[in-house]
Amino acid sequence: MVQLTLPKNSVPKGGKHYPAPAGSSGKTKTFKVYRYDPDKGVNPSWDTYDVDTSLCGPMVLDVLIYIKTHMDPTLTFRRSCREGICGSCAMNIAGRNTLACIHGHDDCPSDKIMISPLPHMPVVKDLVPDLTLFYAQYASVEPWLKTETPEPQKEWKQSPEDRAKLDGLYECILCACCSTSCPSYWWNQEKYLGPAALLHAYRWIIDSRDEDTGARLDDLEDPFKLYRCHTIMNCAQVCPKGLNPAQAIAEIKKILVERVV
Amino acid sequence: MSPHLQVWRWHVTMLTSILHRVTGAGLYGAGLIVAAWAVALGSGPEAYGAFMDLLGSPLGKLVMFAISLALFYHLANGVRHLIWDAGHGLDLKSANSSAYAVFGFTIAATLAIWVIAFMAGVV
Repeated sequence: MVQLTLPKNSVPKGGKHYPAPAGSSGKTKTFKVYRYDPDKGVNPSWDTYDVDTSLCGPMVLDVLIYIKTHMDPTLTFRRSCREGICGSCAMNIAGRNTLACIHGHDDCPSDKIMISPLPHMPVVKDLVPDLTLFYAQYASVEPWLKTETPEPQKEWKQSPEDRAKLDGLYECILCACCSTSCPSYWWNQEKYLGPAALLHAYRWIIDSRDEDTGARLDDLEDPFKLYRCHTIMNCAQVCPKGLNPAQAIAEIKKILVERVV
Repeated sequence: MSPHLQVWRWHVTMLTSILHRVTGAGLYGAGLIVAAWAVALGSGPEAYGAFMDLLGSPLGKLVMFAISLALFYHLANGVRHLIWDAGHGLDLKSANSSAYAVFGFTIAATLAIWVIAFMAGVV
């Protein structure tokens, strides 16, 4: 259901201020970071860190690691590959979902940068959201090759043209930036699959080797799973890999119409 | 629950989407006004006169202006949705520029219809 405000116990209140150490260069930026500790039993808060950016790397992830190492070891966030391929450090930076490891702090619109977890998700701690539902939705589209014809001696063959149809789809790293950017997903995430899961659904629907296309389409023919997409386009706007889930969803809708008429 | 609308920096396509919803709902109200106009028309000259006076009042004019704005917006953005449903114009560049085109058409068409109304002496 649409709920424009946060539940009472999720509203951030107060927060600490960590000033930059004396003798910092003039390149200080202020990072306002969402903090939540489930063990404390109190509301989340916004902590502000004044960081001398000449002391750390160019990316927002570099800043977070700097904060954790030099200012506040309690700050919790996910990160792994630091090169935009694992999707672990997906978070909301200056009002947009992106990967902290490939988003430069110089690319943010101001020197006061807000960092919060992926929007409208349960928070495990600080910048770590609970993605259980997101992964379950991905699993629900059965993202694997399904066939009935006997397995060939070698591989399942695909023409270069058919293979090209998977470009712009297979690159998805499941970082959840798109799904958690979508207001439709915010209000209906128990019923609407969301952009990421639907992009993958389309990836298997148009795979020339897959033989379960009909059942895959039947599964999406539902008022909520697919049709809650209202072309708000936030998914495509924020995708750190430059993919376009909105386009994939529109293509599924087209196929569903075409098979009736 | 993590912050959502509280922190989000809006894209133009997000704005056009919610405006489509808002103007669509608002036009239901406009439909009621049209129905009331028909009822007034059928109820004789007195009722019709009173209704037209109401519409001609400054508040009535403001409401009519808002309706014309909502109507042209919803029309233009509806066409945009039709094009999308046919599978075209969904790349980011087209979606962003068509959003601005919709705003441009809305303002131009609304101004045009009011200028015509003024020149024809209807308002």
